[in-house]
Amino acid sequence: MSAENGSDGFVTFESVQKSYDGETLVVKDLNLSIARGEFLTMLGPSGSGKTTCLMMLAGFETATHGDIRLGGVSINNIPPHKRGIGMVFQNYALFPHMTVAENLSFPLEVRKLDKSEREQKVMRALDMVQMGEFGGRRPAQLSGGQQQRIALARALVFEPELVLMDEPLGALDKQLREHMQFEITKLAHDLGITTVYVTHDQTEALTMSDRVAVFNDGVIQQLAPPDELYEQPTSSFVAQFIGENNALHGEVQSIDGDVAVIKLNSGDLIDAKPVNVSNVGDKTMVSIRPERVEFNMSRLAEGSHTLKAEVLEFVYMGDTFRTRLRVADNDDFIVKTRNAPDQVRLKPGSTVDIGWMPSDCRALDA
Amino acid sequence: MGLPPYATLGQRAWYYGFRVICALIFIFLITPILVVMPLSFNSQDFFTFTPEMLSFDPEGYSLKHYRDFFTNNEWQRSLKNSVIIAPIATIISVSLGTLAAIGLSQSHVPFKGTIMAILISPMIVPLIISATGMFFFYSSLGNWMENSLGLDKNFVGYIKVVLAHAVLGIPFVIITVTATLVGFDQSLTRAAANMGADPVTTFFRIQMPLILPGVISGGLFAFITSFDEVVVVLFVGSASQKTLPWQMFTGLREQISPTILAVATILVAISIALLTVVELLRRRSERLRGMSPT
Repeated sequence: MSAENGSDGFVTFESVQKSYDGETLVVKDLNLSIARGEFLTMLGPSGSGKTTCLMMLAGFETATHGDIRLGGVSINNIPPHKRGIGMVFQNYALFPHMTVAENLSFPLEVRKLDKSEREQKVMRALDMVQMGEFGGRRPAQLSGGQQQRIALARALVFEPELVLMDEPLGALDKQLREHMQFEITKLAHDLGITTVYVTHDQTEALTMSDRVAVFNDGVIQQLAPPDELYEQPTSSFVAQFIGENNALHGEVQSIDGDVAVIKLNSGDLIDAKPVNVSNVGDKTMVSIRPERVEFNMSRLAEGSHTLKAEVLEFVYMGDTFRTRLRVADNDDFIVKTRNAPDQVRLKPGSTVDIGWMPSDCRALDA
Repeated sequence: MGLPPYATLGQRAWYYGFRVICALIFIFLITPILVVMPLSFNSQDFFTFTPEMLSFDPEGYSLKHYRDFFTNNEWQRSLKNSVIIAPIATIISVSLGTLAAIGLSQSHVPFKGTIMAILISPMIVPLIISATGMFFFYSSLGNWMENSLGLDKNFVGYIKVVLAHAVLGIPFVIITVTATLVGFDQSLTRAAANMGADPVTTFFRIQMPLILPGVISGGLFAFITSFDEVVVVLFVGSASQKTLPWQMFTGLREQISPTILAVATILVAISIALLTVVELLRRRSERLRGMSPT
């Protein structure tokens, strides 16, 4: 999957492995190429190896095997302080004994910049995150969101080409987090810096990134732009992990080009797009997003398979309706519909016909 | 925290009883020191309260023992020795103890518990045993320095006492610095490295300022240990390294002079001043600590 920008990637991982105890691999044969200026997110559950990858890139962990390159140069044997990579830490890691301005000035001092240049750059970085008046404060006198901005400014003040972010928004409340997601993305694109962002929050990954690498069990499961990741997951793990997903289990009955007929365990037949099933008789998990389920049969193609569904629960959520159905023995089949004037509010206990475009229903590995 | 209105009789009794017990413990701890202080202003050469002192007659009080301390050659020489030995021993204790504490706080160091126990042992082993061991060790070391290195006998004597006192001070520094390091956020050193600071810069600019309160309070304990120490110096030192506590000890045995009380009062004053500094530093560190988000 790194073939399209293989050797000219700005950051490349080549068959990188990492083991802490010499027995189990936390990162298994990682190959990844990140283009200059790209915003790449490593997304995965905890223990999936994403933070280890970031730490290896920063130089705080060494790769057990393989090569990490930055700008074409192997950085395996370069200590962290000579890598010139900016980083925003999960707990911000602001120096508590220094003022905000001193915090920002620190990376410039160790680079032996003279005083006037330092002050100028510190001011510019503070203005960049709208914290211009806070230079004289200490980190403890700032709110969480303000500390987060300072940590961001400090990672950017020495103008690194690569910035790493380790779950930087984890400690903020929802509203602030959404605001900072937008600001970080904008800053990263305006400054043209390459960003590697680690998170376990899929919303963050989807809204901020150019590409997302979904990690599980030390392996990248899928590396794709957010829309592709959400709409065309290539494995059942990704389908389940990203967004809400309705899973139905069955086996392939026939495949005809882009449409496969799946016989569900309940005996019902449905149409699906074969993704990583190729043979008749393969066990499969089909994935349908809650918002792609169709009630209006006139919108479906001639001869589409439909299912009978029993309405179990109807939840009014303001902008959307969330309906829980029993479909093919699955009690947890969720359908999301927009709160439009003509939208039907389904009554619990009633029975409806549902269907979908075969292209929205993906037959994945079981 | 006053007594709540629903307190039972037993709770009320305990509420007041507790305060009485605290006061008694406090008196028990502080009386011996307090008694010494007025006695040091005695105008007679006695160790007891004279009738003049008890009737608060100004004639009964005098600063003559303080004058004796500041003019007597014996006392001045021992003061000078203490003032030379204690700070140098403290500097050695602080440097080595801080490095040891930082080393022992790294997760990859093997046999941490054993190393820690060995380093702390001078504090736990009875002083007289340490002193006996040190006597043999430092006399061989001293002979070697005099004969092989050709150092001056007097100078070697100071080296021996300084090193012995440094060993006694190191455990205090290790304990206080280790305690400070527990609250030290290791991601700060990572952040500094990430920003381009080499390990030495990181140590002096980031780690040291934050653990400084621990280093200083450890240093103060080490200083007081050396400044108050009489057993080891008796074993290891010679007459020319006679320190203040040694002189006081001799003074007690040979001529019971209230000058000892004057010196004791001065030492108590110094200790109070030093401990006040420790407390102020601790508060400052807590203020700083409250700042670092965890």
